[in-house]
Amino acid sequence: MIRTFFIFLLVMLLISKASADPQTLRLATTTSFNNSGLSDVLLPAIKSDIGIDVQLLVVGTGQALRLGQAGDVDAILVHSREAEDVFIADGFGTHRREIMYNDFVLVGPSSDPANIKGAQRASEALVSIALSQSAFISRGDDSGTHKKELALWAVAGLRPNNFGNWYKAVGASMGSSLNSASGLDAYIMADRASWLKFKNKGSLALLFSGDAVLFNQYSYIPVNPEKHSHINADAADLLEKWLLSKRAKTFIDSYKIDDEALFIFNGSL
Amino acid sequence: MNEIFAGLQEAFRLIFTLDSDLIEITLRSLQVSVTALLIASALALPLGTWLAIRRFRYRRFAIVVLNALMGLPPVVVGLMVYLLFSRSGPFGVMGLLFTPTAMIVAQVIIITPLIASITHQAMRELWSEYHDLLISLNTTSLQRITALIRDGRRTLMTASLAGFGRGIGEVGAIMIVGGNIDHVTRVLTTAIALETGKGDFALALGLGFVLIALTLLINFAIHSLSRTERDGTW
Repeated sequence: MIRTFFIFLLVMLLISKASADPQTLRLATTTSFNNSGLSDVLLPAIKSDIGIDVQLLVVGTGQALRLGQAGDVDAILVHSREAEDVFIADGFGTHRREIMYNDFVLVGPSSDPANIKGAQRASEALVSIALSQSAFISRGDDSGTHKKELALWAVAGLRPNNFGNWYKAVGASMGSSLNSASGLDAYIMADRASWLKFKNKGSLALLFSGDAVLFNQYSYIPVNPEKHSHINADAADLLEKWLLSKRAKTFIDSYKIDDEALFIFNGSL
Repeated sequence: MNEIFAGLQEAFRLIFTLDSDLIEITLRSLQVSVTALLIASALALPLGTWLAIRRFRYRRFAIVVLNALMGLPPVVVGLMVYLLFSRSGPFGVMGLLFTPTAMIVAQVIIITPLIASITHQAMRELWSEYHDLLISLNTTSLQRITALIRDGRRTLMTASLAGFGRGIGEVGAIMIVGGNIDHVTRVLTTAIALETGKGDFALALGLGFVLIALTLLINFAIHSLSRTERDGTW
């Protein structure tokens, strides 16, 4: 009986062993790229066009850069200009290629207690939230979105460190933070793609968007093979060429949810 | 409440349509946790038994440490394993990060103390019964450990199942060392975390019910295979 059990286990192990992978590339990217569903469209196309199996590691920009530094991924696709520049300057990445952009939006309870709907600028909207002390969820995880949010507070001349209890840094991914905002009826800054795809909206609504400072550029950075010899530089190079191709442009520009384009291709062909 | 029903509905839909992704991640969950369980049991059962029969200077200390390690936070284990297997870490050359192997290593570390601790508790009592007999037969340490493991196998099964339960339901460590890569390291628990993040509670809950059903099924399978709780045996 015990023996039957062990044979059963062994058989199960054997049938579930994953098959050996062909050419693979590990790409660290941000939650918005994955949660938006764009990756589900792009990855199969990449696989059929250039035969590369892209393995996505979906993390915040901060962690993506750390993974690149340690050489645990072959390339990164992130959205935080300053952090990217530092990454390249330190020699961890070879170069930076702009691929596409989307924008950030301010989301909050549809009753809009801070009245940000009529705001002209993003900083103005944030000031109204701070003045009305309405609950605000911050990512607080050193991601691209979090860095952007901090930069916007700075533009508004406010410092989150001095805020009271209404400002809640949850230290979580975009989706989890949106869940918290939905549960607490709080304001939050999200990228448009994640917001549109988010299924637990509750009473939240998109309240403010369109300010130029909310522009969100995604760029592709291959990890420097001189720092880590095992990096799959050829595949990273192939992927870069593909991401800058007409075909990628078509895929990215035509990806829509509810008739809204989520990303706009702006790489140099 | 509606969401719970939607979750149940989703679970049935996934199971009855034999969703290929579901089958894949379920098999991977099993592959990782069962392998981890086998390795951990091979280490922990002899270790726990040995601690029960052997008297040495720091025995009490070792037992306290072992018991404390039962509460090892999975996230910390995950981070340690990540740092060890990272390309810039000591075992980086092996290229094991973000593979099922790394996930197995993390789970072995998490569940070994748990299994060893329960084993030790059970074996201590069995040893007090067997002590005089085994000593008078002039058995070696190895023979004593084997005899105790053989006769205590029912309790040890409970110990192992507790370890398996902790392993298959664990998400913190395998998320860090596995990276939740689709078709490579995605398992049931990390998929649940992912769907929750997307706000798709029905799918997340559906996967959760599948996980619970799977654990139940395995426990039933093991109990019926090893014929516990039947007439004549106990």
